[in-house]
Amino acid sequence: MKQKGWKDLVPGSVILEGGSAARFKTGSWRAYRPVWKEENCIQCLFCWIYCPDMSVKVKDGKRGEFDYDYCKGCGICALECPGKKGNKAIVMEEEGT
Amino acid sequence: MAKVVAVTGNEAVANALRQVNPDVCGIYPITPQTDMMQRYASFISDGKVDTEAVLVESEHSSMSACIGASAAGGRVVTATSSQGLALMWEMLHIAAGDRLPIIMPVVNRALSAPLNIHGDHSDAMGARDTGWIQIWSENGQEAYDNTIQAFRIGEHMDIRLPVMVCMDGFIISHSIERMEYLDDPEVKNFVGPFKNLYPLLDLDKPKSYGPLILTDLYHEYKRAQHEVMLKTKDVVLEVAKDFEKLSGRKYGLFESYRLEDADIALVILNSAAGTSKDVIDEFRGKGIKAGLLKPRLFRPFPYEEVAEALKNTKAVCVMDRSDSFGGYGPLFMEISSALYQLKQKPALINKIYGLGGRDYLPSHAEEVLQELHEIAQGGKLKIIKEYIGVRE
Repeated sequence: MKQKGWKDLVPGSVILEGGSAARFKTGSWRAYRPVWKEENCIQCLFCWIYCPDMSVKVKDGKRGEFDYDYCKGCGICALECPGKKGNKAIVMEEEGT
Repeated sequence: MAKVVAVTGNEAVANALRQVNPDVCGIYPITPQTDMMQRYASFISDGKVDTEAVLVESEHSSMSACIGASAAGGRVVTATSSQGLALMWEMLHIAAGDRLPIIMPVVNRALSAPLNIHGDHSDAMGARDTGWIQIWSENGQEAYDNTIQAFRIGEHMDIRLPVMVCMDGFIISHSIERMEYLDDPEVKNFVGPFKNLYPLLDLDKPKSYGPLILTDLYHEYKRAQHEVMLKTKDVVLEVAKDFEKLSGRKYGLFESYRLEDADIALVILNSAAGTSKDVIDEFRGKGIKAGLLKPRLFRPFPYEEVAEALKNTKAVCVMDRSDSFGGYGPLFMEISSALYQLKQKPALINKIYGLGGRDYLPSHAEEVLQELHEIAQGGKLKIIKEYIGVRE
């Protein structure tokens, strides 16, 4: 793709469309990956509330898989997860192992 | 019909802002600007303008509020001085980089430390590289006229840049002078309705301001920012021409005073130019060809035009009311850069005067012109940068 020259730019670096950040897959920053253990999940949705992005997908009031395109692996969901009988429903695993 | 009034510089600029009636005004007090925004706040309270005042907790917040309001799509103003301008520093770059035509009178005042509330140019010179257009004013009339013209310049669809209108603290901001006001409808008509470029409040066309731009495009954005500054000179002259038709008062990129055949010249900004012109007249009376150049547009700086205006002189003194410690005065650096391109250059010296509001007296101008006269007669150039009016 030909890169833009200085005469091709929008004044003030304004981005003239909505939602373009969706094209920026920030999940590539992740060093640790949250893994959902459905058997320990009580569907409290704390992970969905606490996620600073929108990487916990919920459908019909039920928690689904992580959106790994945007999850940066901050680990907040795993920390907040109450789990079931002392067993976490979210655990962090090192990427690439 | 113009109305003749006796007003202070602050009062005149507050009145110019009232006549323009902007949408939003960020307000935070700082001497010697306080009185200007206080007057403007009265206009708001008295229902004379429709402006929404944003009363903030600092100048950093004031400039931030202005950036938000301008990106939202409003015509926006604020005013400041000294430490206030210094506190705005990072936001000044953002206003310019986002190409937001915010108009800001700057009532020039010294910077701390030591604490000093009086007029010098250290504040605005520190904002030289922020990407703002800077227009400087000798007196209340010029400050009023420049403020009105600033809206047309900054808001021009080819420009879209913020503009500082500078005038000297206390000497101009608090002194009463005779001047002329334009009528309200004349100003309204001259400035015209505000035109938007990319308003955030146009909800049908969502957009983002302030993206992260790294090594791939940042260099290109800065190149583009320089280009728009290069276009600004023509717009300043075009607006000045229209303003002359309306007011009868003529403005350019700078003022040349008895410069056409001058052998020696002073280059000096703002109020001290007035004092200097009287002394220039005295020297002319003695048969010495003295002249003066008073820059008006400091950013972008009109290098070629200034060089052309000074090219036939033999000796020039650039007078700075601010300093770069360990360097030359900021105005000297510009004039020196402009003159370097000439094949035959005048001798060039730099005097630092009037810091922290120290009086600039006719005797100071006399001393400098006498020194220039001696240099022009073949005398030796002794020292390039020197302080005048300073006790040993």
